[in-house]
Amino acid sequence: MIRLSWLQFRVQAVTAAAALAAVAVILAATSPHRALNAGFYHWLYMAGIVVLYLTPAMIGAFWGAPLISRELETGTYRLAWTQSVTRTRWLAAKLALAALASMATAGLLSLMVTWWSSPIDQLNVFRNYRLSPLPFGARDLTPIGYAAFALALGVTIGLLLRRAVPAIAVTLAIFAVVQVAVPLGVRPNLIPPVRTVSPLSLSNVTAVGDSVPTTNLSVTAKVNIPAAWVYSSQVTAPDGSTFLGPEPQACISGSNNACNTALARLHLRQVVTYQPASRYWAFQFAETGLYLLLALLLAGFCIWRVNRRPGR
Amino acid sequence: MNAVIAASSLGKAYRRTWALRDCTLAIPEGHVVGLVGPNGAGKTTLLELAAGLLTPTRGTISVLGDRPAAGPAQLARVGFVAQDTPVYARMTVADHLRMGAWLNPGWDDDLARRRIGQLALNPEERAGSLSGGQRAQLALTLALAKRPGLLILDEPVASLDPLARRDFLRMLMEAVAEHGTSVVLSSHLVADLERVCDYLVVLVASRVRVAGEVSDLLATHRHLSGPRRDPGTLPASQQVIEESHTDKQTSLLVRTSEPVHDPAWAVTPVSLEDLVLAYMNPANEVPARRPQLGVVS
Repeated sequence: MIRLSWLQFRVQAVTAAAALAAVAVILAATSPHRALNAGFYHWLYMAGIVVLYLTPAMIGAFWGAPLISRELETGTYRLAWTQSVTRTRWLAAKLALAALASMATAGLLSLMVTWWSSPIDQLNVFRNYRLSPLPFGARDLTPIGYAAFALALGVTIGLLLRRAVPAIAVTLAIFAVVQVAVPLGVRPNLIPPVRTVSPLSLSNVTAVGDSVPTTNLSVTAKVNIPAAWVYSSQVTAPDGSTFLGPEPQACISGSNNACNTALARLHLRQVVTYQPASRYWAFQFAETGLYLLLALLLAGFCIWRVNRRPGR
Repeated sequence: MNAVIAASSLGKAYRRTWALRDCTLAIPEGHVVGLVGPNGAGKTTLLELAAGLLTPTRGTISVLGDRPAAGPAQLARVGFVAQDTPVYARMTVADHLRMGAWLNPGWDDDLARRRIGQLALNPEERAGSLSGGQRAQLALTLALAKRPGLLILDEPVASLDPLARRDFLRMLMEAVAEHGTSVVLSSHLVADLERVCDYLVVLVASRVRVAGEVSDLLATHRHLSGPRRDPGTLPASQQVIEESHTDKQTSLLVRTSEPVHDPAWAVTPVSLEDLVLAYMNPANEVPARRPQLGVVS
């Protein structure tokens, strides 16, 4: 069965290999490891991120969605399912080969782009953003998980809708929603954040805002943890409540120094909730694992569905 | 008598509509069986249930003594040529034969190659560019080379021109004669069935209206025509299938295993087509007081 799957999938596989080879040539020719000055590197850097986000979507839409729906649409499932191979084996072979190709494509692409981008990623400007949503999903392992999930999602939608073109559209829409929802709603909860309480250092204070005519005062402070993914930073009173004032007299009428001294006397604290940069790989593994698990669940559903509710 | 297909109260519903409902039948082995019936009788549904492509909503069906598509062994024993004879448009003829060899343990590669040669198909041609007749022949080749115990064909010739249809049926008959496979073939073209079938099942609205060997059916059905007369006065051995009356004349199609001696009747044999049409006509539904036909075992 795996031989038939290959026979039917080889055009896609060869196309993907050719595309990967083309990307490899472009990246090797423009490697910032050799020179890092031209302005267009900025564009190539962004293009690498965009391509890595688009690739799993394309895999889901153009490999996943038609994989089964095309058979249902053209009626060839009636040929395939009446050979001497059970539907479970038929689907498992098709899924396994397509999943392998998808993960290899996304993995190799991610490897190349991660390598190409690494000199830029290590610049101070970018190093602080390794854990932030945009580059995180376009580096190292995560694209492999996305590709496997997108493929399984496409196959599932195709199996449910039984038509390739609507399945492609719906797959793209759902995958886009997931790709936005996970960084916003799921990823921050994958690992419980670290919470630190420390005396507020005045050098961290970025803004002191008073609101006339009340004597309320809000103090904002920056976080001095390199490359951390900061969820929140609050300035509190010694008892732990959010500090809202009252504004010391020195800050209303006195000099800056007098105001600072008055603030120091309040013994304010800074509470920071964050993920330290050292958790980068833990997050990579957790998120990739989450997507792979979802892909497996979808694949299991497809096999169940093909056996339980075959045909129309 | 072993049944190649045995169904009991078999039903298949799509959402709320029944494509097949309460169908009970048994098709004996060793025959070329014609399954005939009007559109919507449930022929395709029945055959797809037999091939394991559909699962029953109600009732049971067994094919060669086992649940359809129960496993690789059961699948290997049943060949299926689906309606419109689907093939993979982008795969070549040779690819299809490769697929057959990979997926079927009993694959007869000699048979497949010989048939492709006889059909003068170019092995490197993509299946998508074959004519309808060639595609049907390719699908038949795939099903035959599995060397199945039962070959099921769902309207295989419906979309073919008369010449292609004749060639297809001739090839089918040659293969059946060579390998002794049981065949179940659905069609609404009685002329085709008459040429190839030795057993007939007439399915109307999921019910078997009549079933039997073609020679028996032809021997036990008679056209009677004579002066106008109430069919109720016929002997009990003569069962009226169809009746029509004018002011002076009565013409009947009866089923009887005994010779008709009544001199009032002009007795003529029936053609298979007349017989099938009489059973398919909904106006001739068997009223409840007469014994129900059609359950064969």
